[in-house]
Amino acid sequence: MGLSQTSPTSALFDSPNQESWVATRLDFLVNWSRAKSLWPMPFGTACCAIEFMATAATRFDLARFGMERMSFSPRQADVLICAGRVPFKLAPVLRRIWQQMPQPKWCISMGACASSGGMFDNYAVVQGIDTIIPVDVYVPGCPPRPEGLLYGIMMLQEKVMREKMSDAAIRNEMEPDPQSGLYIPASKIDELSEPFGNSVQQTRSGL
Amino acid sequence: MATKTRTVEVALGTAGVDADGRAVRTPMTVTENGAVSTLEAPPLGPAPELQGEHMLINIGPQHPATHGVLRLVLELDGETVVRCVPHIGYLHCGFEKIGEYRQYNQIIPWTDREDYLNSIGNNVAFSIGAERLFGVEVPPRCTVLRVIAMELSRIISHLVWLGTTCIDLGAFTPFLWSFQERENVYNLLESWVGARLTTSATRVGGMAADIPDGWTDQLRNFIRTFPKTVDECDRMLTRNGIWIGRTTGLGVMSSDEAINYGLSGPMLRASGVAYDVRKDFPYLDYETYDFEVPVGSHGDVYDRYLVRMEELRQSTRILAQAVDRLPDGPVNSSDHRVILPPKSRAMSDMESMIHHFKQVMEGPRPPVGEVYVPVESPKGEKGYYFVSDGTAKPVRWRIRPPSYVNLSAISKMVEGHLLSDVIAINASIDIVMGEIDR
Amino acid sequence: MTATFAPVLPGSARPDASAPSTPRNLPEKGGTANPSAEAIAAKFGQAYIRSEVVWGDTTVYVRPDSVLEIVRWLHDDPSQRYDYLSDVTAVEYRDPEQEMEVVWHLRSLPFRRFLRLKAPLAKGSPLVVDSVWPVYKGADWIERECYDMFGITFRGHPDLRRILMWESYREGFPLRKDFPLRGRFSRAEQLRQALSITTEGRYSMEELSVAEAFEDLPEEMRRRLAGGERTGE
Repeated sequence: MGLSQTSPTSALFDSPNQESWVATRLDFLVNWSRAKSLWPMPFGTACCAIEFMATAATRFDLARFGMERMSFSPRQADVLICAGRVPFKLAPVLRRIWQQMPQPKWCISMGACASSGGMFDNYAVVQGIDTIIPVDVYVPGCPPRPEGLLYGIMMLQEKVMREKMSDAAIRNEMEPDPQSGLYIPASKIDELSEPFGNSVQQTRSGL
Repeated sequence: MATKTRTVEVALGTAGVDADGRAVRTPMTVTENGAVSTLEAPPLGPAPELQGEHMLINIGPQHPATHGVLRLVLELDGETVVRCVPHIGYLHCGFEKIGEYRQYNQIIPWTDREDYLNSIGNNVAFSIGAERLFGVEVPPRCTVLRVIAMELSRIISHLVWLGTTCIDLGAFTPFLWSFQERENVYNLLESWVGARLTTSATRVGGMAADIPDGWTDQLRNFIRTFPKTVDECDRMLTRNGIWIGRTTGLGVMSSDEAINYGLSGPMLRASGVAYDVRKDFPYLDYETYDFEVPVGSHGDVYDRYLVRMEELRQSTRILAQAVDRLPDGPVNSSDHRVILPPKSRAMSDMESMIHHFKQVMEGPRPPVGEVYVPVESPKGEKGYYFVSDGTAKPVRWRIRPPSYVNLSAISKMVEGHLLSDVIAINASIDIVMGEIDR
Repeated sequence: MTATFAPVLPGSARPDASAPSTPRNLPEKGGTANPSAEAIAAKFGQAYIRSEVVWGDTTVYVRPDSVLEIVRWLHDDPSQRYDYLSDVTAVEYRDPEQEMEVVWHLRSLPFRRFLRLKAPLAKGSPLVVDSVWPVYKGADWIERECYDMFGITFRGHPDLRRILMWESYREGFPLRKDFPLRGRFSRAEQLRQALSITTEGRYSMEELSVAEAFEDLPEEMRRRLAGGERTGE
C-alpha cells in the first residue's frame, strides 16, 4: 500500500492543576483538521458521476472520510472532484468553478476522460483537465470503481497531511499567460494531447 | 391491504396560470381509499397593481438539480416562469464522429458511455441493429440473455431516476434505498461481464460472455427481494401529501402534444399514449412475454412517476419469465462472418488463425445498406441508425436519443409554473446528458 | 386538477391486423413494401424519385424542395397518419461524388408503420431543405442538431442556431467528411478558443429575444452575436 500511517507528533500532558493540554506542531494540527473534513465539490458530468454517487451512497459511504457534506456551491468547497469527461464547451465553466473555490483547495481528476481525454480523442474533448486547472490526484479507470475513488481520496488526505505552510509552491492557481490566455504553454498542450498507442493506427488507417 | 388511513392531507399544487399570468394553486386532498381529489379552487381576488421587471435566472451548467450539465435560462415574472431557454451541448463528445472511424465491434464501448445509466441496454440495442445490417441471427439463449440484460438495465436506470428525483424534491431516503438495489444489480452484472457500469456486454452476433454458474440463482434472489424495495418507496411516496402536492398538475402534456413533440417512453405513456416499442415494433421476441404497458391519464409529473414505478414491477415480471425460459445452448451465432474462431483453433490451425487475424485487423464487412432499429430504452424510443457502404466501418452511425427529444419540450412544459416546479418537471423527464449531447 | 386523457392505442387504425412480432430472416433487398411508398409515387409523381426496401424498411427518395408538402400530406391524410417523427438526420458518404442525403424517419402509430424518407441534396447546390417543424414540433432540436453537425439549413425553422457546439465555434461542421476527427486546429488553439467563450454569454434579456428573432436582426448584429459577444447589461 502506498499509504503510511502518519507518525503521531502530538502529546497529551497532564498539568499539576489537572487541566490537560496538547502540544503539537501547528502544521500537523492544521493539516489534520483539513484532511479529515474535506468538503467535496462534485463536478459530475458523465459516467464517473454515477460511480461518484454510488460512492456517496450506502454501501461505500463517503461519510467515513468526513466527506458526506457535498458542497454544490464551489464557494464552500475544499476539493473539486471532476468526475467525467470535459468537452471544450465546458472548459471555461470548469475553470470558472475552480476560480470560485477559496484556498486552500485541491482537485481530484476522476476517471480516464478527465485525466487524459480517455477514449475521446476527437475534436470535442479536452485532453486532460490538467491543461486548465492544477490536479492533485488522478484516479484511473473508466469509470473508477468506488474503491478506486476512495483510494484516491485517501491519497489526497495523505498529501494534505504532508503540506508545509512554509512551502510557497503549494497554492498554485495556474495563472493564465496574458498573451495566449492559456494556463500551460501551447507546445506542452500539443505534446500532452498527442495521440498515443493504438489510437494512431485506428484513426489514420484506411477504411 | 387494509391499512387504516390516518388523515386527510392537504397539499398545494400548481395547475397552470390564470388569465393574468398568475399561478393557479389548487388544494388537493388524499381521501381514505388513497384517491387524490381536488377541491374547488378558491377564487382569486383581483390582481394587485404591481408593475415589475422580469428577472432572469440561470440554472446550470453546474447545478445539482439539472442532472448533469444542462443549463436553463429562465425569465421569471416574480416566481412564475415566463420563458425558458435551455442550453445543451456541454457534454458533446463527438460519439457519432468516432463511430465513423471504428469497426462495428469497436463501437460497443462507446455505447456504454453514451446513455451511461442504461449501458448494457445500449450494448444490446447496438448489437440488434448491427446484426440486422449484417443479416445475422442469434441463438435463442442469447436472445433471452439480452432480454434479461435490457430489463436489468431498465431497473437500474429507473432507480437512478427515482433516487435523484427524490433528492431534488427533498426526500433523501429513497435515494439510499434505490442505490442499495443498484449495487445488487451491479453485483450481478459484474459477475457476468466483469464491469459495473461500462459493461460492453455484447458483440455483433452474440455476447461477450455467457453467464457464470449459479448466476440465475442470484438473479432469482434479486427478483424475489427487489419488489420489496419498490413497495417501500411506493409506500413512502405515492400517497405522501408533500410528494403529491409537488408533482400533480405540473408539466402537463396532452396526448396529441406529446406525440407531436416526439416524446417517447414514460413521458409519452404518462400522457395516455400506449406506445411501447416492445409491444408495437417488437424485438428480442418481446411479444412472447406477458407484461403490461402502464399508461397515465393526466400527463403530469405525478403520472410519470406512477408509470415508472409500474415499469419497475413489469420489468421484474419479464425478468422472472426470462429466467424461467432460459434455454441451454451457445450464446454466439455460428456465422463465421462476424464471430471469431475459438482461441484453441486459432492457435493450432492455419485457416482459423488467418480468419481470426482478418476478423480482428480488418473487421467484418456488412453489405451496402442501412437499418434503423428502435428499442425501448428506459428513456424512450432509442434507435441506432447505421449506414454502410460495404466497408468495415459505418459511413454514419446515428443515435436517436430519446431524452434529447423529450428535453426539447421543456420550454413548453415549464411555462407558467413556479421556479421550484421547474426542478420537478426537469427531473420527471429523466434526462441523461451523455445521451443528449453525445 | 387537470383534464384526464383517454388512452391512445397504437395500431387502432388496423384492428384486424395480426399482432406485431419480432422480424426474422429479413431479406437484404426486397420484401413487403410499405403501402405509403406507392401512395407517394401516385400523389407526388414529380417529387418522387424511387423507393426500395432494405432489411425490411421502406425508403422513399424524394426531391428536397417538396419534402414539407409530402410530410404534411403523410401527417394529415387519414389513409397515412404518420403522426410521429422519430428522427431527422443527414448522411454524407465517403465517396465525394455521392450526394449528401437528408433522412426523415416517420412513424404512424395508428397503422404501426415505419417509413424512411430521403432527400438527396445535389452536389454543388446549397444545402437547404424545408423544415418540417410546422408539422412536427419535435423537429425543433433535431433539425438544429443537423444544422450544427452538417451545416444543412432548414428553411422555415423558427430558431436555427448551433445547439451542441457553442455559437462562436469556428472549425466548421463536425460530422462532415472533410472535417478531421481531431478537428482542424491544434489542441492548444482549440483550448484557447474554448477558454475565450464567455460563460455568461447569451445570458441576458436580449438573448431571450434573440432566440426568437435571430434572423430578423441586422447582419452586423448577427455577426457580433454569433461571435459570442455579450449583450445587455
